[in-house]
Amino acid sequence: MSQAAPLIEARHLAKRYGERDVLDDVSFTLHQGQCLALFGPNGAGKSTLLKLVAMLIRPSNGELYLDGRRVGEDQDALRRRIGVLSHQSFVYDALSARENLVFYGQLYGLAQPAERADQLLSQVGLDLFAGDPVRTFSRGMIQRLAIARALLHDPDLLLLDEPYTGLDQKAVAMLDDEVDRAKAAGTTIFLISHDFAEGLRAADRAAILYRGRLRYFSDGPVSPEDFAQTYQGLVG
Amino acid sequence: MTLKPSFSRAVWAMLVKDLRLEFHTKEMFSALLIFALLVAVAFSFAFDVAPEGLREVFPGMIWVAFFFAGMLALNRSFASEKQNGCLQALMLGPFDRSAIYFAKVIGNLLVMLASEVVLTPLFFIFFDMRLDGSIWLLAAIWLLATFGFIAVGTLLSALAAQARASEILLPIIVFPVITPVVMAAVKSTAGLLLGARLVDYAIWLKLLVAYDLIFLAVPFILFEYLLEV
Amino acid sequence: MPEAKGPARDMTQTLGLLAAVAVFVALGLVFLWVPAERVMGDVQRIFYFHVASAWNAFLAFLVVFVASIAFLRSGSHRWDTLAYCSAEIGVVFTTITLITGPIWARPIWNTWWSWDPRLTTTLILWFIYLAYLVIRSSAEGSQQQSRLAAVFGIIGFVDVPIVFMSTRWWRSIHPTLIQTDKMNMEPSMVFTMVFSFVSFTILYAFLLSYRVRLETLAERAAALKRDLRR
Repeated sequence: MSQAAPLIEARHLAKRYGERDVLDDVSFTLHQGQCLALFGPNGAGKSTLLKLVAMLIRPSNGELYLDGRRVGEDQDALRRRIGVLSHQSFVYDALSARENLVFYGQLYGLAQPAERADQLLSQVGLDLFAGDPVRTFSRGMIQRLAIARALLHDPDLLLLDEPYTGLDQKAVAMLDDEVDRAKAAGTTIFLISHDFAEGLRAADRAAILYRGRLRYFSDGPVSPEDFAQTYQGLVG
Repeated sequence: MTLKPSFSRAVWAMLVKDLRLEFHTKEMFSALLIFALLVAVAFSFAFDVAPEGLREVFPGMIWVAFFFAGMLALNRSFASEKQNGCLQALMLGPFDRSAIYFAKVIGNLLVMLASEVVLTPLFFIFFDMRLDGSIWLLAAIWLLATFGFIAVGTLLSALAAQARASEILLPIIVFPVITPVVMAAVKSTAGLLLGARLVDYAIWLKLLVAYDLIFLAVPFILFEYLLEV
Repeated sequence: MPEAKGPARDMTQTLGLLAAVAVFVALGLVFLWVPAERVMGDVQRIFYFHVASAWNAFLAFLVVFVASIAFLRSGSHRWDTLAYCSAEIGVVFTTITLITGPIWARPIWNTWWSWDPRLTTTLILWFIYLAYLVIRSSAEGSQQQSRLAAVFGIIGFVDVPIVFMSTRWWRSIHPTLIQTDKMNMEPSMVFTMVFSFVSFTILYAFLLSYRVRLETLAERAAALKRDLRR
């Protein structure tokens, strides 16, 4: 367990939309290199929490610290270190795989976006299709491209919002490989999932969010069977 | 607003991406060309008058054609970003979000100006108009009017895209707001083509400049608020 | 949070009473007391309500503008509700203006519509705030959609003076068909006009207060429903 400052520290985070409290008093810490798996029923606020950590939205209350720094105004430097993989692919259908990656490389200020794009394309096994427009890709191929996009700028923190949704076996295996590779490289991972087995596979900690509140946060890895029991007890 | 390297780099990257997308799909450009020409044809039937009569309505007609066509094109402006959630991906980027607006404005402006370069000579030919004035003045009017339209139109197209409303929303919200641009463009064009002295219609050019400045600055500030997810 | 009883409801009721009295008196003044205009005759009486409506429409949209800015900056939902309700009432007053204008114009200048600067600007204003309502009405309690409406509320209002100036310059070559400044206004007419304006302003305040309460309660009911569904 690292003794350095935690990479993510949430203190009493709350998010309210109009009259609704989507998140209420969420506090936790996650250290560099750890992998957190977050579970919960639909509408629990999981995606909202992930968006808060991604600095996509601002909390209504509470504070968020990333790498010891309070998340406030000038967040460009912090954003540079975060990679996001969602159930939406974030790629442009009319462009080729390579064009997509080169674009994002430029956006993130990479020194050599073209080379890095090619590197990642072969890493996810898409080098043969690099020049083909994304609209010709299968769902699994699109997800592989999305993984490549998320890892393109070598992020310290990887946020995965239900990334296994609708994936075929091959793509699931590919995603597992990439998650393991990232973990080995010391990347911190925050993963939202519905599937206990998949989500807990690489997780160091597990958490349950229910109706906007953090009901459970494990101290260490949890087996899917034990976790299923805990989940059943809390959520039903 | 300091011009950080991340800002200009992001604007450039997004601009190139949008132009490349447009080059691949030609969605906006073709919409502009076809629709503007259709309007021209419709007008030539609708105003079944002698050629002199058509020349009188020419300034109004060409700008109605351009702005209606422009509206269709603007509808597509943020369409590529809404697909696959790309707008969120852009918001996650390490740069100020107003760069997204900036890049879109420049991109839309270039595409629309490109279509006008093709359409304007065609319109002049169809309606047998002659340019007795300075072509630089014409270019200035075209640039100022198009810029005003695009500056506010881009913001409103982002708004309409976020509103998840039907495609009919954009024309409803754009037209009332751009009426000063329409008036100024038509009056300046009429002045130029009818050989009036510049001082007679200079006030409309000044209006265009003022409008362009206001509706570049205000959307720039407000754009951020459209983006929250 | 509005209660069934309490100071908010009392204010609404007081305003309502005041508005009723003021408008009643204004009606009396306009139709019974003030003399007919020398040139235009009795039809000119509608002018008092026409101007009162126009000014209150503008006031309503000014409130939309200010409330929209406040909403964007604070995120507090009450500003959004205020903007929405004020826009609704503003559209009503604008509609009244647009209807009373032609009613007045037709017998005197023999035309229903004149494209004169003020009427044209009012028409465009009508479109802008109708568009605002279209955006806002699809909000369904979503803060994001309310924010979109607020942005448009700001853009629309910034545009209005520019539209007005443009329409003014547009018509400068042709003589203004309707010369509203050429009316012969006696002191009693000035008094009636001011009184009409004030009474309509109280009416606006009452309508706004009532509508805001109504909207707040409606949203609360919708939120409760949403929670029950989960």
